[in-house]
Amino acid sequence: MQTPDLSADTIEAYLAEQSAKDMLRFITCGSVDDGKSTLIGRLLYESKLIFDDQLSALEADSKRVGTQGGNIDFALLVDGLAAEREQGITIDVAYRAFTTPRRKFIVADTPGHEQYTRNMATGASTADLAVLLVDATKGILTQTRRHAYIVSLLGIRKLVLAVNKMDLVDHDEATYRAIETDFLAFAAQIGAGDVTCIPVSALTGSNITKTSDEMPWYAGPCLLQHLETVDMSDAGPEQPARLPVQWVCRPDRTFRGFAGTLVSGTLKQGDKVKVLPSARETSIARIVTHDGDLNQAHAGQAIMVTLDDEIDASRGNVICAADAPVEVADQFEAQILWMGDEPMLPGRPYLIKLGARTVPGHIAQPKYEVNVNTLEHTAAKTLELNQIGMCNISLDEPLPFTSYTDNRDLGGFIIIDRASNTTVGLGLINFALRRASNIHWQAVDIHKGTRAGSKNQQATVLWFTGLSGSGKSTVANIVEKRLTALGHHTYLLDGDNVRHGLNRDLGFTDACRVENIRRVAEVSKLMADAGLIVLVSFISPFRAERRMARDMLEAGEFIEVHVDTPLEVCEARDVKGLYAKARAGEIKNFTGIDSDYEAPENAEIRINTAEKSPETTAGEIIEHLENAGRLKPA
Amino acid sequence: MIQAPKPSHLQQLEAESIHIMREVAAQCEKPVMLYSVGKDSAVMLHLAMKAFYPAKPPFPLLHVDTTWKFREMIEFRDETVRQLGLDLIVHINQDGVAADINPFTAGSARHTEVMKTEGLKQALDKYGFDAAFGGARRDEEKSRAKERIFSFRNAQHRWDPKNQRPELWRTYNTRINKGESMRVFPLSNWTELDIWQYIRDQNIPIVPLYFAARRPVVTRGGDLIMVDDDRMPLNDGEQPQMQMVRFRTLGCYPLTGAAVSSAATLEEIIAEMLVTTTSERAGRVIDHDQSASMEKKKQEGYF
Ligand SMILES: Nc1nc2c(ncn2[C@@H]2O[C@H](COP(=O)(O)OP(=O)(O)O)[C@@H](O)[C@H]2O)c(=O)[nH]1
Repeated sequence: MQTPDLSADTIEAYLAEQSAKDMLRFITCGSVDDGKSTLIGRLLYESKLIFDDQLSALEADSKRVGTQGGNIDFALLVDGLAAEREQGITIDVAYRAFTTPRRKFIVADTPGHEQYTRNMATGASTADLAVLLVDATKGILTQTRRHAYIVSLLGIRKLVLAVNKMDLVDHDEATYRAIETDFLAFAAQIGAGDVTCIPVSALTGSNITKTSDEMPWYAGPCLLQHLETVDMSDAGPEQPARLPVQWVCRPDRTFRGFAGTLVSGTLKQGDKVKVLPSARETSIARIVTHDGDLNQAHAGQAIMVTLDDEIDASRGNVICAADAPVEVADQFEAQILWMGDEPMLPGRPYLIKLGARTVPGHIAQPKYEVNVNTLEHTAAKTLELNQIGMCNISLDEPLPFTSYTDNRDLGGFIIIDRASNTTVGLGLINFALRRASNIHWQAVDIHKGTRAGSKNQQATVLWFTGLSGSGKSTVANIVEKRLTALGHHTYLLDGDNVRHGLNRDLGFTDACRVENIRRVAEVSKLMADAGLIVLVSFISPFRAERRMARDMLEAGEFIEVHVDTPLEVCEARDVKGLYAKARAGEIKNFTGIDSDYEAPENAEIRINTAEKSPETTAGEIIEHLENAGRLKPA
Repeated sequence: MIQAPKPSHLQQLEAESIHIMREVAAQCEKPVMLYSVGKDSAVMLHLAMKAFYPAKPPFPLLHVDTTWKFREMIEFRDETVRQLGLDLIVHINQDGVAADINPFTAGSARHTEVMKTEGLKQALDKYGFDAAFGGARRDEEKSRAKERIFSFRNAQHRWDPKNQRPELWRTYNTRINKGESMRVFPLSNWTELDIWQYIRDQNIPIVPLYFAARRPVVTRGGDLIMVDDDRMPLNDGEQPQMQMVRFRTLGCYPLTGAAVSSAATLEEIIAEMLVTTTSERAGRVIDHDQSASMEKKKQEGYF
């Protein structure tokens, strides 16, 4: 590196030049061992971004664990985790910044193994361009296609196909052209954006930062030159203003500011805006910043606005240009990339985070799964780790949204598991299903309270959960008889009986169990709406679905009864002979044997039929209902 | 319609950091900002002042004081907090003090582990903070380059590098169970040059130790160590020499190597940075050990 002149003027000029540079975020992806890490190491090295102490650490590491026979192994520079260096693989995405005279770059080196696809997607989600590596000796592999597919799915419109290890194929043009043709055909099929193909050798540096003499047949730019000059200004028409409210600022009673990142368009003082979902109209009073008010704000800026009218906007609302507001819906069709270790369970309630809103929702069985290699759509019951599929998704509350192609921030969502809180999937909205807005809830004059009141009771769901043979049905049956004797109106939904009819099509896999409970929860909700006291007697082994049933009802209506008879006792009783069969392996997925039972943490009532007679227990439940005021009108 | 001008890269970085801070303020129950008094903390604090203006940042600052910080750092810290009118929590690991853990007899690694890592965990547990901002940048070190912006820690404050949550777009998953926490790094994508340029553009005050001045130093194990007070035991015949030095990074004075330099202005510091050939962490004695040391420390709960 040349020693720059150290005078203040030159530094001034240097900094001005730095400020004027724009920034390009890109990822490197492709199959494992195609040379991604080597390529980044080479770029950093050639752009003098490696310091002496890092270089000596790198030399030491190269000798110790390197794969280059004592020569510098550039891959070690980016494989930052101990496990990665030891196993010689990339597990997680590494971010590196570097600068050239023309641009600033942040590059994300993403892992090639299929099992780490979610980390690859993490890197891709914030990138503007993708460099897809292929090993010239191997050509396009399944992982190359998978990565190209995911990159396009996530909306990256600029692709570079770097055909690497050209040194190993004697820099042969025909080999390169064959790979190029092969890839361009695939790219066209998936509707990828602009593709630029470059033959390179990351190891020797050919066509990386300098055009190489070894490939005179290639007339295009070297990789770095392309990255420095590729046009990133999205020439599309200006999008209307959208400001998702992230945080409400109330330092005192006179000021109410709405803070958020303007995700598209521009906002000016005085602009007419609509606040979604309430659709109230007002205009922008001020754009407030620490450095003074702005007249105008642009997409990408983190701003705070105040509004002309006292509007009760809150986090998750979207402030939009009044003449082009976003839509609001609670059901969507979306492409989903599943990232959880456990498969997706259609019907299970997950949390959906879209923009600044997090709401419960569930995903229906996929319409199809995409085979990323052949691009075929195949039928699927669920999505497993790293699978991509098209699904309908419905939320508990309507949200302001756009399609993902219109806006990444308002069209992309993450799926969170409610128990572990991990991110188990990502979704890209295609469009809203009109059902939600078209089927209006029929308003009726007689409502739940009226119906229950005329029966001298309050609508209630007594939800019995517990192992097979624990005594759920026996106790529920006695409770129902006594309630009827007391003049109340009841209905008993029994697991076995419902499986003969409504749920005849369901088996006993986790996915089927979830759907089984979802339907029963919906039915019990309708019956509660009829004003009945509903007794539900279902094993219902999973917390998430019992919670879903609870969340469907109003406060106090749902009473969970945990029939907590120990497994040994249930198994010893074995009234239906099922435990014996399960032990013998004749029945699969039997709760308590080879399928989990997640005990309730906060059941309203806990009973153990091994300790007390069913009559005593039933009496306790009636007493609980009385004390909770369920056996008289509201 | 005309296309809006593309914001400069510093404006992009600033907006990203502010977005991250607001997300934490809106989603986490009890956030705190780790304030280590260095230049990165100065930038992070400045961004927090901007993110919530006209309100004050809705969280306190936390300084884990090892009792061996440079005196000028402590003065600067107290003055900054006073001027900005913010809440500052200073936490000192009293068990470490009682056991007389110091960099000289306990050694740098043990001192850091007890006074810094343990001290930090104590403070986070004591106040029940569920999210803590840190000023770390991805360009500092290889394992940092791998870390998420929202970095999940289990109830023992451990980082599991092989099992990080996916992090999509700027839609951050902030959900945790009781006892677990998040470390949040709003400056992840900034580089050292970005930090200096921003300090200069925005006129952000920083501790004077970053600027060259004549200071009393001794040479130990190849590092120039400043004798900041008389607790530092001098070896036989060792005499502090006045030299023009400055610090590229700040920490415990006995563990922080100075660089011979005459850079007394921000422009000179930047000019010097452009020609240096060692990364800034080389000034931190604790990192010399081995290349995986940072990852190991982070797994144990270090920032
Ligand atoms: N001959 C040759 N080998 C290369 C080239 N690029 C990478 N390699 C080697 O391919 C192997 C895998 O490279 P690495 O960068 O770790 O791949 P990654 O898994 O995609 O990050 C290493 O042994 C590299 O040295 C190249 O251009 N030519």
